[in-house]
Amino acid sequence: MAVSNALVTNLVSPITLSFCLGLFAKTIKSELSVPKEVYMGISLYLLYSLGLKGGVELAEADFSQIMFPAFATILLGCITPILTYIILRNIGRLSVADSAGIAAHYGSVSAVTFIAAQSFVSEVISQTPGMKNLEGYMPTLLALLESPGITIALAIGVFNSKSNGEKSRAALLHEVLTSRTMMLLVGGLIIGSLIGHKNWEMVSSFYDPKGGIFKGLLCIFLLEMGIVTATRIKDFKKVGIFLVMFGLTIPIINAGIAIIIGHYSGLSLGGCVVLASMAASASYIAAPPAVRMTLPEANPSYYLTLALAITFPFNIIIGIPFYMEMAKKYYEFSS
Amino acid sequence: MELAKRKIVTIVAESVLENLICERILELGATGYTVIESRGHGSLGRNAGEIPGSNIRIETIVKQEVAEVILDAISKEFFDKYSIICFMSDTLVLREAKY
Repeated sequence: MAVSNALVTNLVSPITLSFCLGLFAKTIKSELSVPKEVYMGISLYLLYSLGLKGGVELAEADFSQIMFPAFATILLGCITPILTYIILRNIGRLSVADSAGIAAHYGSVSAVTFIAAQSFVSEVISQTPGMKNLEGYMPTLLALLESPGITIALAIGVFNSKSNGEKSRAALLHEVLTSRTMMLLVGGLIIGSLIGHKNWEMVSSFYDPKGGIFKGLLCIFLLEMGIVTATRIKDFKKVGIFLVMFGLTIPIINAGIAIIIGHYSGLSLGGCVVLASMAASASYIAAPPAVRMTLPEANPSYYLTLALAITFPFNIIIGIPFYMEMAKKYYEFSS
Repeated sequence: MELAKRKIVTIVAESVLENLICERILELGATGYTVIESRGHGSLGRNAGEIPGSNIRIETIVKQEVAEVILDAISKEFFDKYSIICFMSDTLVLREAKY
């Protein structure tokens, strides 16, 4: 499949189009909105489903199979925030707090980008005979990548800027590790790995991420994401040309690193694309409150606009199929 | 009916600060508080509502001395870093022993 084909597959998926509808509706000032409770409910469902299914698959995987990809993921969680920080601080000449605040967002993961990448890759696999199936334990990697990035970037910020936020580091770590996302994801992984296949079948028609319920609800979730993104687009002016370019380039750099590391760890092509999409994404749920608490001097307009209005739509519309092509080239090149 | 004089301290802040402020005002001598989700417009260019989730309005009824301590602490600890306002006003309460 060529780049243009992959892009078309992604563009005509109901998931991407729902996102575009949200963007469009807000741009023309429609009253359309998804109630906050519905949005929160769907995000709970999506994360819990991912966790459960990931857990069921995890129980069947060999430890030796998952050990290297898991290690690669943690390594990636350490590299991306440091690299992001260095670029922002040295090339962008941003303040310590702003650089570290943005690095915390890019170090962590956007779970929705992960889900979109997983759906896209599964779709491509089903259309490409002979392509290896996606590793079932990918949600485990998502959970592993969630926290090191935030923690490292915040630590850089706190140690370099002297002025400490209001919260102790222990309290902050507690908050990141016990967040909603982590509880649902890790809780789901544990429950999923305990229940076994028989019990999973009892609930799989509801929770299976390959099923219609999951994908249908994901569309509504992305509709809301489109609306939220559109409300931020007006902030482009506030962040300036350097940061806009940064928000479009750093995902590709981080994805490139992820593809190399993922390939060495033994991930399949599909798994590698999902890992690359995770590395390319910026968290906008867990990271903003953590950064606000710890690095109050960092300007929220910068990190929120970058994560939500630039990098997220870029990944959803163009990034994910692009990483697929990057990974394919790399796999062909190194085999 | 016996009414006693007390102060209401009101703090309007970014929602990320909720736990921190609530713990702090209890430490400083308040016996309780009420938290209300809120939204609005302030003098700062930087909007506190930037982070998803609304602002919070925390109210606590306390004696004058405690009110002053709270205002002082909040202004020193939070004013320069966060979007936050804080003020006190007079009120009359029943069951004065509660506050």
